[in-house]
Amino acid sequence: MSDWKPNIVVFACNWCTYQGADLAGILRCDYPSTISIIRVPCTGCVEPEFIVAALKNGADGVFVGGCHPGDCHYQEGNNKAAARFKLLKTVLTEMGFEPDRVRMEWISGSEGKRFAETMTEFNESIERIGPNPIGRYINGG
Amino acid sequence: MPKIGVYICHCGENIAGAINIEEVRAYAAGLPDVKVVRDYLFMCSDPGQELIKQDLKEDLVDRVVVAACTPRTHEPVFRKTLEDGGLNKYLVEMANIRDQDSWVHWNDKDGATRKAEKLIGSAVAKAFLLEPLRERFVEVTRASLVIGAGVTGMFAALDLAEMGYKVYLVDRNPSVGGNMAKLDRTFPTNDCSACILTPVMVQVGNHPNIELLTFSEIESVDGSIGNFKVKVRRKQTYVDWNRCTGCGDCVKACPHEVADEFNQGMYNRKAVYIEFPQAVPRKAVVDAAHCLNCAGRDFGTQPRLHSKTGEPVAAPCEKTCKTGACDRSVAYNPRGEVVELNVGTIITAAGFKAMDKHPFKEYSPESPNVITSLELERLLAATGPTQGELKRLSDGKTPDTVAFISCVGSRDKHHHTYCSKVCCMYMLKEARLVKRKCPDTNVFIFFIDVRTGGKDFEEYYNYCRDLGVRVIRGRVGAVDELSGDRLRVRAYDVDIAGPVELESDLVVLATAMEPPTGLKELARKLGVTCGAEGFLKEAHTKLYPVETSVRGIYIAGCVQGPKDIPESVSQARAASSAAAIPLTLGRVAVDPLTSEIDQEKCSGCGICVPLCPYSAIKIISLGEILRARIDEALCAGCGVCAAACPSRAVKLHGFTAEQIEAQIEALTIAAGDASGA
Ligand code: SF4
Ligand code: SF4
Repeated sequence: MSDWKPNIVVFACNWCTYQGADLAGILRCDYPSTISIIRVPCTGCVEPEFIVAALKNGADGVFVGGCHPGDCHYQEGNNKAAARFKLLKTVLTEMGFEPDRVRMEWISGSEGKRFAETMTEFNESIERIGPNPIGRYINGG
Repeated sequence: MPKIGVYICHCGENIAGAINIEEVRAYAAGLPDVKVVRDYLFMCSDPGQELIKQDLKEDLVDRVVVAACTPRTHEPVFRKTLEDGGLNKYLVEMANIRDQDSWVHWNDKDGATRKAEKLIGSAVAKAFLLEPLRERFVEVTRASLVIGAGVTGMFAALDLAEMGYKVYLVDRNPSVGGNMAKLDRTFPTNDCSACILTPVMVQVGNHPNIELLTFSEIESVDGSIGNFKVKVRRKQTYVDWNRCTGCGDCVKACPHEVADEFNQGMYNRKAVYIEFPQAVPRKAVVDAAHCLNCAGRDFGTQPRLHSKTGEPVAAPCEKTCKTGACDRSVAYNPRGEVVELNVGTIITAAGFKAMDKHPFKEYSPESPNVITSLELERLLAATGPTQGELKRLSDGKTPDTVAFISCVGSRDKHHHTYCSKVCCMYMLKEARLVKRKCPDTNVFIFFIDVRTGGKDFEEYYNYCRDLGVRVIRGRVGAVDELSGDRLRVRAYDVDIAGPVELESDLVVLATAMEPPTGLKELARKLGVTCGAEGFLKEAHTKLYPVETSVRGIYIAGCVQGPKDIPESVSQARAASSAAAIPLTLGRVAVDPLTSEIDQEKCSGCGICVPLCPYSAIKIISLGEILRARIDEALCAGCGVCAAACPSRAVKLHGFTAEQIEAQIEALTIAAGDASGA
């Protein structure tokens, strides 16, 4: 267990957080390699089922990154995602997952440094929570 | 079964320096349905693309995964490769192993390699489910909108107009001209600013293809490349511009004076005013907030009748106006009027704002003898409050000593971290103009360092030094007000490594160039991102400097960051040429990444209908049953409907639920097994 590292799935909106992640690259801002991004056109298209699927498949943390309120490329997809996300958080406990395993934040295309910092910090918080309990079943451990 | 080819780019050292290509190759080769794995120094180069095309021609692969940099810049490149290779161009998926991997995990080579494997696994999983799509074409409205009519916006508008396209040129001020109209002279040639700018202003005002919408603000922007619908609010002028001839009689007649924005508040204008003498269009505006409503003449009321003569009593402005343009009985709407424009492309040239002196408490900003450089420009200009005579506004004396302070608000983490770029040169220019007007005046410039990169700039600097302008290297800590209206400048001189003090009659602050007021809101309306400093962000610093992340919207000049006039004009002309391409083509291809509803799965519940921000979904009846249908011309592809549909009837092409779930699986279960976590 000592060499355990989290596995974190990030859903990043193409218009903001995905750009922010690219900018982190351009600025060479390091963050843990435990983070992998799935590009989506808008957080509004992230079904709660996706987040649950990631957790059920063993992801230790799931992060959803969207545009700041008012900045959505599609007017208000981010607001709709935020409303759905709030609901999802309440049912996670019932499903046996720590609600803090999932997080949603607004990171714009110009916040490359902030993207890296947020990822570093989220990774640390997942390390504190520990491995996804489901991992034991998947890997038969 | 799809045959997937994986192409791994080294990007020179950029990727290969952190990621073990051999290990990644071996991993990719073991993924299901991967038939070919290749790597190359630069996948986007001709030989790199040729590798893919060759495999397509030989029918070795029919789905392509390129593991390289970001799809935001390079997806179009590889889509074209597929097209050239005879495959539907939407059958490519990129794994971003540079910007989001090697560059950020450079110190964790093993982690970077494992992550590259995961990202490729994710891309392969999605590629397996990619489907061929057909792009749509939209007709382009052959007109353009230029926001901001400073020197940048004017050149952009003129170019497009000369090419034969209709241009709407919008500015928030009554006249075109922008900041440049306020300058006295321009470096490095010391041309008189007005002499080179006013002919351009006249040309813009007279061009048959340019429609000027001055004293106007952008209200909203809808639509996309080819068909933007823009609402522009024409602010209320309270003067009928169709009749106003710009004679200025009303201005002379108006009894009330208020601070003049054009002269940086150093002079007064009337409550009814023409922005400046060379204004284009030359029309009067009533500043309703300051209008006294003389003779009880509120707008929209009938004049009262004189108690003795029985004649109507008019306000002075309307009394003198010979054309009837200034008629106060008209009930003007204070909100002005909204006009709707249809344009194919938009250029944003909203310019900059010179920072105010008041945040700099350490420099005694309350003193009338501490001024900003833009204020000095007005003092030097023949059209300014002193008719170009250099004298202090506090007492009318010609200063014996003038001290300039550089980088006020620039290169300063408390204000703006960036360099405003033009200040070094304009300070030297202003110093030179002071010396020319008053050769006996002592001129000191306090610099952090002198930045004169630019054609003929260093020569200009040396010339100024030869004129006797004294340059002191070091930051100024404070400016104190002394008795007798003198000022004391306290600084640290780096060259003598000690503090210096200097008494001066006039202190000029070279304040920073900032994003113009309201740029954030404008950016929001346009859907364009602002950078961390608040200026608009270009699509790519080097390769797409005038494009933005929104197709069909371009930027030029200082709205993108501080620039001098030659650079702004060059960008204006670059932006006009970029904005003309869609107009010339007449139609543009748009990605078919829109949503579609599977009529078999749809239950007709209607949940999606009100959620769509573009009102693209309608419920239609198919005989007895109700079903939802999406108008693909209206759909922007946000996927909100897809995420909300309880029947999973909506498919967002390019990002289907199945594709995303396959990626999730690849990043979790599949990767977990592979990396033994
Ligand atoms: S939400 Fe789904 S099922 Fe309901 S109308 Fe829309 S597409 Fe049909
Ligand atoms: S994807 Fe977005 S824009 Fe398209 S129909 Fe669905 S909700 Fe409307």
